[in-house]
Amino acid sequence: MSVQTVIDDFIIKNAADLDNLPEYSGKEFASDQDVRWCPGCGDYTILKQVQNAMPELGLAKKDIVFISGIGCSSRFPYYMDTFGMHSIHGRAPAIATGLKVSRSDLSVWIITGDGDSLSIGANHFAQLLRRNVNVNLLLFNNQIYGLTKGQYSPASPEGSVTKSSPYGSIDHPFNPLAFSLGANGTFVARAMDRDPKHLKEMILRSHQHNGASMLEIYQNCVVFNDGAFELFTDKKSRPTEAIYLEDGEPLIFGKDKNKGIRLDGLRPEVVELGDQFSKDDLWVHDEKDQTKAYLLSRFFEQNAAGSEEHFPRPFGVLYAEDKQTYDDGVNMQIAHAKETQGEADLDALLEGNETWEVK
Amino acid sequence: MSIKDQVREEVTIRFAGDSGDGMQLTGSLFTNTTALQGNDLRTLPEFPAEIRAPQGTVAGVSSFQLKFGSNEVLTPGDECDVLVAMNSAALKANLSLLKKGGIIIANTAGFDKKNLSLARYPDGVNPLDDGSLDNYTLIRIDVNRLVKEALSEMDISYKDQERSKNMFVLGLLYWMYNRPMESTISFLEKKFGAKKPEIAEANVKVLKAGYFFGETTEIFSSRVTVKQADLESGTYRNITGNEAIVLGMVAAARKSNMPMFLGTYPITPASDVLHGLAKHKKFGITTFQAEDEIAAVASAIGASFGGSIGVTSSSGPGIALKGEAIGLAVMLELPLIVINVQRAGPSTGMPTKTEQADLMQAVYGRNGESPLVVVAPQSPADCFMAAFDAVRVALEHMIPVMLLSDGYIANGSEPWKFPKSNDLPQINVEFAKARSGDDLEPYKPYNRDERLVRKWAIPGTEGIEHRVGGLEKEDGTGNVSYDPDNHQKMTDIRRDKRNLVAENIPLQEIDQGTESGEVLVVGWGGTYGTIRTVVHQLRKEGMDVSHAHLRFINPFPKNFGEMLSKYDQVIVPEINDGQLVRLIRSEFMVPAKAVNKVKGRPFGVSELKEMIKAAIEEKVASES
Ligand code: SF4
Repeated sequence: MSVQTVIDDFIIKNAADLDNLPEYSGKEFASDQDVRWCPGCGDYTILKQVQNAMPELGLAKKDIVFISGIGCSSRFPYYMDTFGMHSIHGRAPAIATGLKVSRSDLSVWIITGDGDSLSIGANHFAQLLRRNVNVNLLLFNNQIYGLTKGQYSPASPEGSVTKSSPYGSIDHPFNPLAFSLGANGTFVARAMDRDPKHLKEMILRSHQHNGASMLEIYQNCVVFNDGAFELFTDKKSRPTEAIYLEDGEPLIFGKDKNKGIRLDGLRPEVVELGDQFSKDDLWVHDEKDQTKAYLLSRFFEQNAAGSEEHFPRPFGVLYAEDKQTYDDGVNMQIAHAKETQGEADLDALLEGNETWEVK
Repeated sequence: MSIKDQVREEVTIRFAGDSGDGMQLTGSLFTNTTALQGNDLRTLPEFPAEIRAPQGTVAGVSSFQLKFGSNEVLTPGDECDVLVAMNSAALKANLSLLKKGGIIIANTAGFDKKNLSLARYPDGVNPLDDGSLDNYTLIRIDVNRLVKEALSEMDISYKDQERSKNMFVLGLLYWMYNRPMESTISFLEKKFGAKKPEIAEANVKVLKAGYFFGETTEIFSSRVTVKQADLESGTYRNITGNEAIVLGMVAAARKSNMPMFLGTYPITPASDVLHGLAKHKKFGITTFQAEDEIAAVASAIGASFGGSIGVTSSSGPGIALKGEAIGLAVMLELPLIVINVQRAGPSTGMPTKTEQADLMQAVYGRNGESPLVVVAPQSPADCFMAAFDAVRVALEHMIPVMLLSDGYIANGSEPWKFPKSNDLPQINVEFAKARSGDDLEPYKPYNRDERLVRKWAIPGTEGIEHRVGGLEKEDGTGNVSYDPDNHQKMTDIRRDKRNLVAENIPLQEIDQGTESGEVLVVGWGGTYGTIRTVVHQLRKEGMDVSHAHLRFINPFPKNFGEMLSKYDQVIVPEINDGQLVRLIRSEFMVPAKAVNKVKGRPFGVSELKEMIKAAIEEKVASES
């Protein structure tokens, strides 16, 4: 007989009736714990949008798990009325991998920050993406170490003056989206705390993606790095400094939607819409195009690499690819072994190939 | 000249050659045949850490020692009766391990100018010719030439010829010790048969050539027979320690009907645990080769959180990296099995050499007060039950368990009277139950039973959604707490919970000797066979010495302290600089004496015997 473990039975017995789920509200996803972030911290809006998105996942609460590492954002699981684990610094992706591979029935979310995932846990972060484990990773990027009270992080811009870099940081910062694409991430997106509607949409997209979803969220740390993303979040500068990506739509931005991005071969350029260029000349966003996603990820340095031009920062889904997930691969191998290798006979295994009798 | 038949109680053979000479395979094949003949046996493979160590050099020598006998065999032997030296470096590296008067079978082709110089013999010196081996029985055989002749009618490449020369030696030894060739022949046919029938044929030819060489030449005046050992009746197989861990894990998974998840990272000498478990998917076993040691243990914790048996395996350096995560598992109170196949340290140390120096690391090697359970197998076959017990305790007590094996028993092998699955105890696992209804009280994940064990509350269970974490938590609710009294309480609880495991393990028994007396020798782990043999000899000499061997070290069995108090002296031999001895001194206030060695090799019987005798006398001397 093929092995049917107590967990196989458990999953069948406890399967949620998805057609008759309770009508959750976002509030019902809030735990009974007091939220302890600093007043005005960007984490609050993100928590709220995650809670708001949860009822729309079409899942039972009991099947959702949040796993975090260490850092301000990593307190997150305590505030969600789901299953959760606040683990150790940088290791949430590895813990989530073990959980998801062994329990593919669960919806697993990783909450992490720029210190957690780009510094101490950068290896696990990259490996999770390359393996394409079907989990959702929300990277709260505030470009600073908040919990340890204000040291520069691997995402802090060069020259950042912080407690640990009184003369300005010398490190060249990580470009998290380029890093994710470099790790062969299959879903790479960006959102910001100050645009809750778009943020919620991106959270839902992360959930819908079958594979490892990496959503970077610009999050304001009011205490140690206030205004780090003001250029993109401020209503005045946002139209010219941020560009929202929509699959199949041309890249348009600007106060009066009067600017666009055109591709000259593989060289992007900002153009004014009007006499010379129309919408039809613009780069049309294709979430499935990895090369172009990489170009978009380079709209990061003040002037994109190799260009004199200044580009707006892209928000939305840069890249989404359908690829076999790691957990599916593992489980297919196990199912195949159970099907083809005959009975799981413990006695035969203990006996091995060669035995002898002592009378 | 007629060839005499001699009966011997035990024989120790050491196969030594270049890493490329296939000595490990030769040794294993001889072992299998010998096991099938019904002898008791123990093996000691030793190989260089380098995968392709420089050919012909002393650093590149690989060897395999095997002792077999018609009585109980508990060690692979201090010195060997026969040394097979495939080249000059092999002779140089191993001569000191050959008994005076022992037999050297030297492949003369390995003693040409080039090989002698690679082995750093002085110019013009050949140990086979200079009389330096006069105290031994030297048998010179040009194996290379004889193999070439045996294969002269076959169209076989030079390389394949070279590769089969170990079979010649094996055949010769089969003749010398009266062993049948069938099991090796069928192994060769199975291994090469379908794809490379000509290689199988060549190897079998060479094996037989070696055997007939013994029969027809008259270099040996006698043949040796070692009769079947008087083992307990039953069905046996041969097994190494790492294989036994694998089977123990699978058996525990089946007897609990739980899925098992191994998160691991390759490391010598523990990788065979991964290789073994990776094959057993149909038993519900998932193996995950992680990006590093930390991810390995972290993934196992994730799996355990989800209701699988989380296992991670490594050796000392890897365990050091896992420390923080093991502490997390202690804090979360989740089951976790950490397998440490110890090797010589510190740092990278000597990866292929054995040591018992990670005991303190196992017991104390994490930040904060972080109690877990330590279980140590005592022999290759014993790894099975030790692994099974480790899983049982972890699941029944929701606690991390460290299984402390070592390189010596991991690679060594012995006959194993394997159990029937029906004879293994069932392991009972119960998950927290679902709850439903309005106005449920928040679920309390850290409510405990009388053994202080919390419920395994897994995701997917309705009404028990809850959060756990590495921060100190309030008992019961599991909410984050910085309350001073709560931290005291939780620290006490985690310690007491670990100590209560003592209620669920067997009492310590005396392996050999009396319930009280002059000297108790206390060992743990892989030193069992040697200590047992030594104590047996000392008792035969009329000394009042007993032996107790610990399997559970943390906590100690309940009666252990009282047991210690019944002897005038306690002596603790270990392959480290004194670790268990310190635990015993501090826990029981007993002036236990340390007997230590750290040379990357197990104790030899006569060596340990002298050391124990000296330790006993030292005490007497200091008292007078
Ligand atoms: S330190 Fe910064 S990131 Fe942390 S809670 Fe306060 S505002 Fe938020």
